[in-house]
Amino acid sequence: MMSGTAGRLEGGAGAGAGAAVTRKFGYSLLYIVLIAVAALQLFPLVWLLFFSLKNNQEVFNLPALSLPMNPHWENYAKVWNVGNINLYFFNSVWITVVATVLTVIFGSLVTYAVTRMKWKGSSFVLGLFMVAMMIPVHSTLIPLFSIFNKVGLTDHPLSLILSYVAFNMPITIMILLGFYYALPREVEEAAVIDGCSVNRMFFRIVFPMTSSVLATTAIINMIYNWNEFIFVNTFISSDAYKTLTVGVQNFIGQYTTDWGAIGATLMISILPILITFLFLSNRIVEGIAAGSVKG
Amino acid sequence: MDKVMSNKKIIALYVMPALLLILAIVYIPIVLTGYYGLNKWNGIGALTFIGLDNYQALIKDQTFWNSAWHSLQLAVFSTLSLVIYLAIAMVLAARIKGANLFRKIYLIPMLLSSVAIAQLWLRIYHPTNGIVNSLLESIGIANPPAWLAEPSLVLFALFIPILWQYAGFYILIYYAALKNIPTSLEEAAKIDGASALQIAWKIKLPLAMEVIKVTIVLAVVGSLKYFDLIFVMTDGGPNGSSEVMASYMYHQAFRAYDFGYGSAIGFFLLVICLVITWVIRKLTATKDSIQYS
Repeated sequence: MMSGTAGRLEGGAGAGAGAAVTRKFGYSLLYIVLIAVAALQLFPLVWLLFFSLKNNQEVFNLPALSLPMNPHWENYAKVWNVGNINLYFFNSVWITVVATVLTVIFGSLVTYAVTRMKWKGSSFVLGLFMVAMMIPVHSTLIPLFSIFNKVGLTDHPLSLILSYVAFNMPITIMILLGFYYALPREVEEAAVIDGCSVNRMFFRIVFPMTSSVLATTAIINMIYNWNEFIFVNTFISSDAYKTLTVGVQNFIGQYTTDWGAIGATLMISILPILITFLFLSNRIVEGIAAGSVKG
Repeated sequence: MDKVMSNKKIIALYVMPALLLILAIVYIPIVLTGYYGLNKWNGIGALTFIGLDNYQALIKDQTFWNSAWHSLQLAVFSTLSLVIYLAIAMVLAARIKGANLFRKIYLIPMLLSSVAIAQLWLRIYHPTNGIVNSLLESIGIANPPAWLAEPSLVLFALFIPILWQYAGFYILIYYAALKNIPTSLEEAAKIDGASALQIAWKIKLPLAMEVIKVTIVLAVVGSLKYFDLIFVMTDGGPNGSSEVMASYMYHQAFRAYDFGYGSAIGFFLLVICLVITWVIRKLTATKDSIQYS
């Protein structure tokens, strides 16, 4: 298998023994590079895990790369209740879920109307969504802040939910588009002949048929919403509504010297994503590849 | 069928929620950004129309040009790093065992929040306890620099985590593109005696060109609006040496309470992103319809 792959990799025709050795060598070299890159990608996270399990004395006195010999799991228990991390965590969860569900439903409805139904202006509307992808979030920040301020939505979770839904809508529609275009029309035709209404057709037939791509878009949305920073940082001022990204930032501001606590907080903020990735990496990879390329 | 599928009420019902949201949250604010930029405004009181004064001030503002220069440097860095990503993707796409696993591992940093990444890298760069300087000291470099406190080093030091964060994303995109190339082309070239390098250069690269163009747009525009990581790690410092356009906008509006000036910067940022997207697309336009899924 190894040499077969290497042969294909290197071109292969008329290889002598010397060439085979060179190929093997080149092949190993490629692997070394790939593994080194993988190590570089993972190493900072492993180090984070290490210092999240140490106390300050161990962080400052032992070599930076030493293993946590007596893992201080209590760091995690300690920070969970201190500095509102648990509150921020639950805010992140519900705001992420609500925004994701709304985005996926609204996005599906638009995509259905644009791809399956006949109306003037459908391509214009689709264009509006696609162009929005090019618009930097920062250019909308000041007016959004003043609008939300006027209608009493600053320091209100709705400001976050509305922003997340709007800004994730383009990429959600983009991922859904290809799937909707590929759906066979026969099912719908048969349903219409049977006297099925559009609503019924969409909710009973089409929507369930898209469940796999819906899962992909939902996961992509969740990752973006979970990690969002600038809107929370700008719109939300009271602790009751802060999400984890900003909460972590504040917490660290107050406890800059306790590395173990900081490490544990950071780990808590990234664990849900890492666990999701562990189980659903194929969907995530698919979604990112499908959604980003046309950006 | 046609009658059912062009029911105006249903279409409006399906399209309106999302359309209204995107108009209210994206398009109306964009128009307002342009309008606020023509005013003097502290964010609370009344707006005073001052025409193009903010833009004239912007043109003369050395700090703004410095931040634009930093953004441009990031864009150049990011575009250059695409070469590395493409090379790695080429290797991965060459039917290598474990390619899937590598691709997934590379992607992990991109899934994490910029705040977590920034806080982690602040510690990686810590002058005494960080891994960078610990490693440098262990190989005998006595006084390694405080990376984020050196005006001449800070931008480069910030670029490393950015490179780290986005590696998997671009490798994934390139990988998908390369996998889409029909293997028959490669096999035909092999029969004609082409080497792996020749195949990469003469067949794969041209066929992946469409996607390469898209990634250049993504890298350039992404760099121009880059914010989170820099905001958390250095907040534009030391002394403005890592200020970028988006962070300068934020500082002017939400710290200096000059919302009119901040909006002018925001509008400039918008125009520059749209223009650059358009220019790169035009320069590299051939055909636009490639499907990757």
